[in-house]
Amino acid sequence: MRNRVWRWTGGLVALVIAVVIFLVPFVFMVFTAGKTQQEASALQFSWPTEWAFFDNLMTVLSTRDFLIVRAFFNSTVLTIGAVAIMVVLGAMVGYVLQRRRSRWNPLINFFVLAGLIIPPAVVPTIWVLQGLGLFKTLVGLIAVHVAFGLSFCILLFRAFVAGIPRELDEAAIIDGAGPVKLFFRVVFPLLRSVIITVVVVQAVFVFNDFTYALYFLPGDQNATVQLTTYNYTSQAVSAWNLLFMNVLLITIPPLIMYIFFQRQIVAGMTSGAVKG
Amino acid sequence: MKSPYPTWFFLPAGVFYVTLFLVPTVASFWFSLTRWTLFDVEFIGIDNYVRFFQEPPLVQGFVNTFIYAFVTSGAKVVLGLLLGVLLSSQIIGRGFTRSVIFFPVLASTIGVGIMFKVLLDPFDGPVNAGLEALGIPGPGWWTDPATALLTVAMVDIWKGVGLATLIFIAGMVAIPQEYYEAAKVDGASSAKTFWNITLPLLQPATATVVLLSLIGGLRSFDLIWAITKGGPGFTSDVLASVVYKQYQAGFFGLSTAGNVVLFVVVAAIIFPLSWWLNRKGDES
Repeated sequence: MRNRVWRWTGGLVALVIAVVIFLVPFVFMVFTAGKTQQEASALQFSWPTEWAFFDNLMTVLSTRDFLIVRAFFNSTVLTIGAVAIMVVLGAMVGYVLQRRRSRWNPLINFFVLAGLIIPPAVVPTIWVLQGLGLFKTLVGLIAVHVAFGLSFCILLFRAFVAGIPRELDEAAIIDGAGPVKLFFRVVFPLLRSVIITVVVVQAVFVFNDFTYALYFLPGDQNATVQLTTYNYTSQAVSAWNLLFMNVLLITIPPLIMYIFFQRQIVAGMTSGAVKG
Repeated sequence: MKSPYPTWFFLPAGVFYVTLFLVPTVASFWFSLTRWTLFDVEFIGIDNYVRFFQEPPLVQGFVNTFIYAFVTSGAKVVLGLLLGVLLSSQIIGRGFTRSVIFFPVLASTIGVGIMFKVLLDPFDGPVNAGLEALGIPGPGWWTDPATALLTVAMVDIWKGVGLATLIFIAGMVAIPQEYYEAAKVDGASSAKTFWNITLPLLQPATATVVLLSLIGGLRSFDLIWAITKGGPGFTSDVLASVVYKQYQAGFFGLSTAGNVVLFVVVAAIIFPLSWWLNRKGDES
């Protein structure tokens, strides 16, 4: 009896808290994004009297020569590039680090931990990027994300490799596989579930990143969506409908990721998550 | 015989890590002692650090960093634990509620910042309009120097508490049911069960939440930048925003000194704390 009361009252209390505190702000955003400029400027929490959703969407997309479309393209290239490199290189390190006992391991483990905890020194990083001719380029930002994100990947991969039986390696070696073939043909495919986790978690992180883009890829021409949206705030102060449409647009990719990969995101966040 | 686990597998990752993380980090110790324009470097000793701890706005950023980090991580532990307990018990709509609370973790920080800047607008914002309707005068949120930092901290908690909740839920699921059954047989009250079983066995989860939110809180930048830009005045500046402002103003040496201060602070808090928390975990 007590349990049933709890099941309902507790559940309802939780539901109300969640909806009022966590869902309502997003609802406000969607409503405002669908209003006409005049109505949106009242900033009221109300159902739009006249839906201008599609018009707003078109206006936002075409503003300043389709800047946001270009930004979406940049963000996509950035996310795919950085995550792909991170996953392959992180898996290689995590695998050897787990399999091979050597006197270098403590040092490498320390570096991995440091990479996770120590905040990057931004201006000297710009200096290095400039020396390499990669400052203000998408390639430079991809490299930066790889460098800063590797630690997290390595930790997850190392933990996962521990669960793959060594007998498999030995069987492959007896069959004549070299180290490269052993890793890419035998081990890497076995990492599939952890790879999905890493890809999803890092993709959300890289796509949402604002700080590194602000430092290493400033300007409007090749900016990412986060940066473009932010720059938009200084120009479109009175057009709340357009601003919120913009925010809505950049929130959609992570939302889609979440809907499709909820379990992987949750698993990845809880297992190795020591990331700020 | 050659090992099937070649050391050169470390190499490609190492190249990225060393050139873009290790070298800049080490170089920052040198550059923090210089007046630097990216082209010219002039050694000036510890002047940057002296200046850093003498200028009131910079000192305030330093102090704010701690306030921000401790407020956000404290709140995330307490609220995350409460929500975790609530959402791991048998209640209706559990899955939906969990999803709703977790989604802000994944949403764009800049987007969330812009959203709350509007929602909490002291003059036309819906939150203050709602408070007024209830007869409560709404505070100035991010325009009032007294509340700006805490307002941003509140939004940070809003955005991040879902992750804390999730980690606590994962920790609770891992506790063997036998403990609870034994406690029930012994006639322990639910409060006692919580204090003597759940809480101690949640230690690893608590450690993760504390470390994660402290690291995040000490380094926090984007949310502050989106909502207040450190203002009004310097009242909501933190180390990371001070570093960006000095960089923007062209004081690269001073900016780098701020960066060094930031990672000394982070390392000095996180390394001993994680060692202590892990040791505590081993004992129980």
